[in-house]
Amino acid sequence: MAIEIQHLNVYIKENQILKDICLTLPEKQITCIIGPSGCGKSTLLRTINRLIDSTEHVRLEGKVLVDGKDIIGSGHEITELRRKIGLVSQRPCPLPMSIFDNVAYGCRINRMYKKHRQLIYNVQKQLQAVGLWDEVRGRVRTSATRLSIGQQQRLCLARSLAVEPEYILADEATSALDPISSKTIEDLFVSLKSQYSIIMVTHTLHQALRIADNVVFMYLGEVVESGPARQIFEQPQQELTRKYLSGIFS
Amino acid sequence: MVKDKLAQSVMLGLCLFSILMVVTIAVGLYLKSSPVLENKSLWSLLSSSEWRPMKGEFGFFPFIIGTVWVTVLAIAMAFPISLFTAIYLTEYAKSHVKKFVFPALDILAGLPSVIYGVWGVLVIVPWISNRFAPHFVDFSSGYTILAAGIVLGIMVIPLLVSLFIEVFSSVPMELREASLALGATRWQTTHKVVLRKTLSGVAAATVLAVSRAMGETIAVLMVCGCVIGIPKSILDPGYPIPALIANNYGEMLSMPLYESALMFAALILFAVVLVFNLLSRIILYRLEKTQQ
Repeated sequence: MAIEIQHLNVYIKENQILKDICLTLPEKQITCIIGPSGCGKSTLLRTINRLIDSTEHVRLEGKVLVDGKDIIGSGHEITELRRKIGLVSQRPCPLPMSIFDNVAYGCRINRMYKKHRQLIYNVQKQLQAVGLWDEVRGRVRTSATRLSIGQQQRLCLARSLAVEPEYILADEATSALDPISSKTIEDLFVSLKSQYSIIMVTHTLHQALRIADNVVFMYLGEVVESGPARQIFEQPQQELTRKYLSGIFS
Repeated sequence: MVKDKLAQSVMLGLCLFSILMVVTIAVGLYLKSSPVLENKSLWSLLSSSEWRPMKGEFGFFPFIIGTVWVTVLAIAMAFPISLFTAIYLTEYAKSHVKKFVFPALDILAGLPSVIYGVWGVLVIVPWISNRFAPHFVDFSSGYTILAAGIVLGIMVIPLLVSLFIEVFSSVPMELREASLALGATRWQTTHKVVLRKTLSGVAAATVLAVSRAMGETIAVLMVCGCVIGIPKSILDPGYPIPALIANNYGEMLSMPLYESALMFAALILFAVVLVFNLLSRIILYRLEKTQQ
């Protein structure tokens, strides 16, 4: 199921951060959200998994339908929603525990497996999925902070995948990485899109060009234009989008 | 450039001065307590319970036990209260709650210890004597190890809370969000991530509070009973080392070796705090190494 956003307004105190957002984020595709700094990309992402709740004085209006259910409002089970929507943040954030425990963390929290053997199998599977298994094999019980930044980010992705999400949110997931690690993550997202719906905030237009199936362009809290990546990059309908893509402002 | 070097040298000098003060205190205490150490063996001073300054008998065991009892009670009471208060304030409380609680904690931390002592005499001592102790013993004056523990515990809470808050605030928000985003509740995030990450900081803060508690004098002196003897329960009076020094400093000059004995008491306190700090640093160092 896709994520459907209907007339979403987000206010923090008296400031309106997101203005009347209407969007459909298609499933099993990569949707890149682009736009200049402060345009509300990350706020939109944080609203989808309700991490925005930890911001004080926040007020949400409108609807965000995940699997057809509106997640705005108090009736929704937020922990279950977050399990369903994985997050890879800008800076890799390994938890203060071993590589194994990092990947197993979400499974343990959500009591996914009764047998330890199943947990071990899942951890190994996810580490293989992100191409980290061969690099950390034999030292999965050592601290995750000893990994390189690129490895840490892949570990965070494995950690998100371990709880079997349906969606993956990536908030500038490659901006803190070197070009090689960045390319590895990009390739991973492309390989994962057949199984997950990926929504990615990016600052890098080239990245969006390389991997996006769909693009959403935001400016000052509003969605200016959205649609298939090819259409947005080759024939943008809006003057603002054209200016942004041609680098007149950033 | 010259100014920079000058500033650096001045600050280095001040830094060395602070360290030198500690060394001076240690050496001074040792020199002053050497007469009693020459007359009695270290072991007999530490293990004997006989305290007859007129006869030149100085056994510090009851005072050491008194200090340990009061400190352990105070920390046992203050630690959970402070920990959960700090967790609430950093992980759960809204900003308007913080705005009200932080100044209140600062006021509590700034209160002179004699006020805590008076409060202990007026509230805690009668409560123990009239309400609490009758459930367990026939008579208690209320001036007990328990009263000293409670008063000291309450004194330590503001310090411990602000140290814990500092420790918990050092955890990046992203780390909490990484846990929340996996479907963890706030409490799961707190005890599995925040507390785990700050284990060494929490331990360091506690050590600092223990050191502070061990040395607290006036408030403890006012409610502990100041009776020389090994307390058998928390409803017995006690006599911690700082209280011993403060109570007897005036009359020590009239008796030979008394001054030296009291200086030795101060040296014990100094040594215990020093050893405790060193040990905890070694433990913390090892803990951090295993966590890395």
